[in-house]
Amino acid sequence: MAIRTEPVTINMGPQHPSTHGVFRLRVTFDGEVVVDVEPVFGYLHRGTEKLAEERSYVQIVTLTDRLDYVSSMSNNLAYVRSVEKLAGLEVPERGQYLRVISAELQRMASHFIATGFMLQELGAFGTPLMYCFRERERILELFEMLCGARITLSYMRPGGVLQDAPEEFWPALDTLIGEMPRYIDELEGLITTNEIVLARTRGIGVVPPDLAVSGSLTGPMLRASGVQWDIRKADPYEIYDRVEFEIPIGYDGDTYDRYYVRIQEMRQSIRIIEQCVEQIEEGPVLTDGPFFVRPPVGDAYAAVEGPKGELGFYLVSDGGISPYRCKIRAPSFINLTVLRDMLVGWKLADLIIIFGSTDVVLGEVDR
Amino acid sequence: MTRVVAGTDLAKRIALHVPGSVVTSNSSEASVRSDALHETLRFLRDDEDLDFQFLNSVSAVDYVEYFELVYHLTSLRRNSSCVVKSRLYSRDEPTVQSVVDLWRGAELQEREIFDLMGIMFEGHPNMKRILLWEGFPGHPLRKDFIR
Repeated sequence: MAIRTEPVTINMGPQHPSTHGVFRLRVTFDGEVVVDVEPVFGYLHRGTEKLAEERSYVQIVTLTDRLDYVSSMSNNLAYVRSVEKLAGLEVPERGQYLRVISAELQRMASHFIATGFMLQELGAFGTPLMYCFRERERILELFEMLCGARITLSYMRPGGVLQDAPEEFWPALDTLIGEMPRYIDELEGLITTNEIVLARTRGIGVVPPDLAVSGSLTGPMLRASGVQWDIRKADPYEIYDRVEFEIPIGYDGDTYDRYYVRIQEMRQSIRIIEQCVEQIEEGPVLTDGPFFVRPPVGDAYAAVEGPKGELGFYLVSDGGISPYRCKIRAPSFINLTVLRDMLVGWKLADLIIIFGSTDVVLGEVDR
Repeated sequence: MTRVVAGTDLAKRIALHVPGSVVTSNSSEASVRSDALHETLRFLRDDEDLDFQFLNSVSAVDYVEYFELVYHLTSLRRNSSCVVKSRLYSRDEPTVQSVVDLWRGAELQEREIFDLMGIMFEGHPNMKRILLWEGFPGHPLRKDFIR
């Protein structure tokens, strides 16, 4: 005979170590099983879209740093590409290569964070996270050489990048990408075939492919469900059509696949950077142009494949020095659409790890 | 490369299935009447040749005389994309039919538009504020918003 229980509603967050920032989940439990979930957003809402309406096109680059603050480079890239599309600016080839190199480094840094926190949320407190942070730190050191900043980079400009890479950047980059495969092997050795990880992640939080497409999921979330879609391949921007790489996909759409797709993507990023280093040639990195970009009246939407998914900016220009409207298509935000479908029916301990595997950053969710 | 389906081609196809819905069209986009928006988008999603199964984003822009909703759609199978726009002329209670029944991905985005721009989506399962708190005065992304 089943024991009659009453549902209990609990607030998880906004102050909670596993909510990746300030995120609140109102969860209704029946015993230990999740029966309903209601995400509450907005604790980090800074009104970025409104602020952008009062700043010049170059100034907004600094606002984009603070969206997904663990992958500022990708945010910069998405934004400046949108401005370039609107204003019809060309980017010198060397600038494009530098952009791709830094965006791929950023993808690795972001995936390291995602993997490290996933382990943290499985209960491996501290140590595995620090392994991931150790490698991310070396990527941040490279960023420091490029632009002097480590997190809020603002390295890109409409029409190119801020400055050329210094001489010491290239040997440091060579060392890093030489050693990175071994680091990833080491990390995989700890996780990929780990019995506890497998037991806790396989078949948990499954997103079927049709729901993934209907729910506008992008990035590793979409690809883990077996949908092979990557903007870098589907609609190559910058110089992605000149490099060879594969799009790793998962088959089950579960928490494990989302982790494993990220690990494989890091390996592809190394491949891309290696080819970029071979192909890059001397030349200018920034087009000459006025500091105050004045795009013609009109609108443009440009998107890039960020670490979290499709990051797009929809800009509307009225011919002035600041955009009339700047809409951000934030992958973290839209990926949370299916959160309820992923969580209902699982237990409290699974909730933490499923939410962790979506890899959201609240700066981007709340904007 | 993702093929951009020209708005004029789109308009011809829409006119055959949802007569009278297209207002204007040009090389990049098609603009449709707001009361026929849902039907038009359903056609774009379900049509075999167009197959826009993926909703990239829903945006709203305040042009003062009217609000404009912008739908970016992609066909993952055919690697093509298109832009559909629709204007809402009411300022007090702009209302349009929700597309959550077509694409789940619109759920949070429509809530965000309601919160920041004040456009109501009929048929949305959970139409309430998302980023700001209940009781916040006004909709801050409107051009006439004053703190």
